[in-house]
Amino acid sequence: MLSIDILLNAIVTGILLGSVYASLALGLGITFGILHIPNIAHPTLVVAGAFFVYTLTQWGLDPIVAALIGLVPFYLLGVVLYAFYSAVFERKGGANVLQSLTLFFGLSLVIEILLSLGFGSELKSVSVSYIGSSLKLGVLTVPYRLLIPALLAPVTIAAVWFYLSRTNSGTAIRAVAHEERALSIAGLNPASVKRHAFGIATATAVIAGAALIMVGPIEPFAGRYQIGRVFAIVVLAGMGSIPGSLVIAIIIGIAEALVSSYLNPSWSPGVAFAILLLGLALRPQGLFGAAR
Amino acid sequence: MRKNSLVFLAGIVIVLALGFLMPWLLRNPFYFFAGYVVLQYVTIATGWNILGGYAGYINFGAAGFFGAGVYLSAFLFTSFGLPLPLCILAAAIVGAILGVLMGYLTLRIQGVYFAIATLGLVVVLETIVHNISGLGGASGMAVYGPRPPAWSPGPSQYNFTVMVVIAVVSVALARWVEISWIGRGLRAVRASEDAAECSGVPTLRLKLVACALSGAVLAAAGAPYPFYTSFVEPVTAFSLIIGLNAIAMPLIGGTRTWVGPVIGALLLASVQQIATVTISSELNILFVGAVLIAFVAFAPGGISDLFGRKKGRARL
Amino acid sequence: MKTRRQFHKLMAVTAAGLAAPAILGSKVFAQDKPIRVGASVSLTGPLASTKNGQIGYELWRDDVNAAGGLLGRKVELVIYDDQSSAANVPAIYSKLVDVDACDVLFSPYGANLSAPVMPFIKQRDLFMIGMFGLAGNDVAKHDKFFHSGPWGPNSGRDWARGFFDLAKAQGVKKIAIINADLEFSKNAAKGGADVAKEYGMEVVFNQSYPPNTSDFSSMIRNINAGDPEAIFIASYPADSTAIIRGVKEIGISDKVKLFGGAMIGPQYGALLGSLGPELNGLVNSHTFVPEPTMQTPAIKSFFDRYTPIAVKQGVDPLGFYIPPFYYVAGQLAAAAITGSKSVDPAKMAAFLHANAVDTIVGKIAFTEIGDWKERRVLMVQLRGIKGNDLEQFRNPGHQVILDPPSLKTGELAAPYNKARAS
Repeated sequence: MLSIDILLNAIVTGILLGSVYASLALGLGITFGILHIPNIAHPTLVVAGAFFVYTLTQWGLDPIVAALIGLVPFYLLGVVLYAFYSAVFERKGGANVLQSLTLFFGLSLVIEILLSLGFGSELKSVSVSYIGSSLKLGVLTVPYRLLIPALLAPVTIAAVWFYLSRTNSGTAIRAVAHEERALSIAGLNPASVKRHAFGIATATAVIAGAALIMVGPIEPFAGRYQIGRVFAIVVLAGMGSIPGSLVIAIIIGIAEALVSSYLNPSWSPGVAFAILLLGLALRPQGLFGAAR
Repeated sequence: MRKNSLVFLAGIVIVLALGFLMPWLLRNPFYFFAGYVVLQYVTIATGWNILGGYAGYINFGAAGFFGAGVYLSAFLFTSFGLPLPLCILAAAIVGAILGVLMGYLTLRIQGVYFAIATLGLVVVLETIVHNISGLGGASGMAVYGPRPPAWSPGPSQYNFTVMVVIAVVSVALARWVEISWIGRGLRAVRASEDAAECSGVPTLRLKLVACALSGAVLAAAGAPYPFYTSFVEPVTAFSLIIGLNAIAMPLIGGTRTWVGPVIGALLLASVQQIATVTISSELNILFVGAVLIAFVAFAPGGISDLFGRKKGRARL
Repeated sequence: MKTRRQFHKLMAVTAAGLAAPAILGSKVFAQDKPIRVGASVSLTGPLASTKNGQIGYELWRDDVNAAGGLLGRKVELVIYDDQSSAANVPAIYSKLVDVDACDVLFSPYGANLSAPVMPFIKQRDLFMIGMFGLAGNDVAKHDKFFHSGPWGPNSGRDWARGFFDLAKAQGVKKIAIINADLEFSKNAAKGGADVAKEYGMEVVFNQSYPPNTSDFSSMIRNINAGDPEAIFIASYPADSTAIIRGVKEIGISDKVKLFGGAMIGPQYGALLGSLGPELNGLVNSHTFVPEPTMQTPAIKSFFDRYTPIAVKQGVDPLGFYIPPFYYVAGQLAAAAITGSKSVDPAKMAAFLHANAVDTIVGKIAFTEIGDWKERRVLMVQLRGIKGNDLEQFRNPGHQVILDPPSLKTGELAAPYNKARAS
């Protein structure tokens, strides 16, 4: 069974899946990595994004176009979520981790149930012309079903990274994480910067949702299986390192693909966490993070 | 303090006596099936609160500890015929070890990493169970329990009494932790970990003790479960509902004292038991989610804080 | 209360003795309490797609009551939601028996949810109809338990034997087996491996994968590397879709003659509709299909009434797989009650053991542990599917029965790649 084309294909599949994981993790990289808000509802927001995309594709739109349309409502959703979050906690002088985790936990339950009441518990999938065929490159067979969503990730990540590092409002977002007071001195309102950042993070969920539903069918509770991976990626990348998260996501994707090719697929759900636990034990600041 | 302890002791004796007598007084077995579930959640909520409430370290993986207890006891019983009390003890020990291991890997950093790692514990343990054929994997494992001893009228009643004992021991343990030096230290950790560390509180050691105790109680809560359902399989043993309730119950009841989780569990588990046979379970979960948000947002001290204290300031 | 019930029973027996059939349905009985039938259905959770079975229960209840009830008593259903979780099952059945005083019980769906209730009914000596639990009674061996599903004897190993019979007839020597890490699939794969060994086939690949696996490309490549002539797949709906798409993307060897076996999903409207022509060529298990050898006026009338209700409730509009057998469960209970003229578990069970029962899916006779004496799991080949319209599946010719031979409506089209392209 150990043939070179199986190995190559497994690695390519791993890279593609990893890239999809990276887009799932992108929003969390902003909320948790930069703003330090442990938004465990993010994977559920991604699933909500997938359902949004599904609904629009029922009217004949391409999933990627649907996702672009979804950016605005999801940005607004994020702004509202942050407004609620800060109304609850910021007035008490900052949230403690336990409470914000619980808040987002409750939120994800509510979203899941609303989705399942609205869409039923049946699986939903999108059918587009390019799903079902593949690109053949020598021994490699690359399904478009994975290739297209996988290409979405680097594009979105690059866009977000460019925004954060090259524009003024992006710099403000990165600054707010470090020194809120300095920001006030500079004449910016930290609360509105954070709100904006949370909005962007939530907007990425709809792109990730489009990627997710292209890869395979979706049900309202699908977010749960991603929570582990997504946090593993953000934490291991070193909080806030967005390009780093792409690298980690791909490492995890390859590891999972190799485990399922050579060991047994039934071990693959544990891979991300095994990597996370090892990573936390050996290098708590993350692979790309500065020591804290 | 002394008077309180006497009252508490009297309460324990009464509850235990009821646990042994009720099966003979109340004929309808249904109450023992339903009561078992409520008591199981009292234990889980109490166990979770030792770490989550006193120390402020949130554990999303209660189902992992619970499931470990379930599988260990099912395995020890079916393979070696170990009696139930020993299964419970073994589960508690393994739960404690798991807790320490988990804590050791993650507690040296920040609480939030611990929380995330506990999310993974469930996945990892479930994956392991799936891959061990001796545990039945996905097809599950039938566990035909022993005949109940003569002092109990039937298996459901026996399971109920066993759960009463576990719940009482757990609550007593939680109360002891709360009033002892451990509790004081943990409260300091919760208030400000850095300050506690600076004033000479051995924070890491305290947290590890809390992890161990919490893990032991959570796993012990799972030990009688195979005998309750006569069947174990990974999906229900590691069910998200357990993790959810473990957090929701103390939060609703109040996390600062042992009373909170007990109130929260009695309340929420009873409501859920009634809801199972009345309203749709989707609305049931929606309700739990909404209540959770409402309590975090508006009553962080829980019910015991709303009613218990005179003008309870929402302290954290 | 107990003495009153006994009194009623006494009355009933006396009256029946006096003028047996003529008096049924008369006022003497109409005043009696209804017969209560208790069940737990997975209305929510991962098994919620099985909730359309409830329509089968309700149609049966309505039919029975329209005909005057059983022994002159109306029939009442008591149904709770087990949320697809085995943890809820013990309390629900205790409530059904001890609080609601049900006379007849229907099990929850499938083996994992039914397992917790088996020791309970054995210990309390209750009468139960089992719903789709594979080998549900093989451990408990309770003599008052009867399957409504067509798994047949030794179902843990044998229920999918039809697939291997077909493979054997094709001269298959090498077979690959994959399964989802879930109860039904795992048992199917384990049984399949045993049967393959019995038939002298070499199992070149045998792996399980976790639920929610969305990419099967590496698995399909590994299967291709093993060069099998048949592939037995035990999967759940999400992975069934992913596997079929994966095969389309990666491709599969022309040597593969049979593909499928125990995939859950291609029985349901949701998947038939979303995959449509991609399912052509698949050989898969089923319990009922509208082929000439199975179609009767009774079952046609059942679906004529099922479909509008299902559409209104937003569940599977086809409903071939589960709902008829939920109706059958009711018919079995009704036969046991009217046949033994009582709701006494021992008498009802004795009647079902002694007599074959006519149902909308045909005549059923039972073994000592309540399995159907004859396995009647179908192996059907999906063919000639055009577009994604669901209505085409109501016509014969798209789900051709290959096995069992007694119901056969066509020959296997092989190899898979050729059948797929047709």
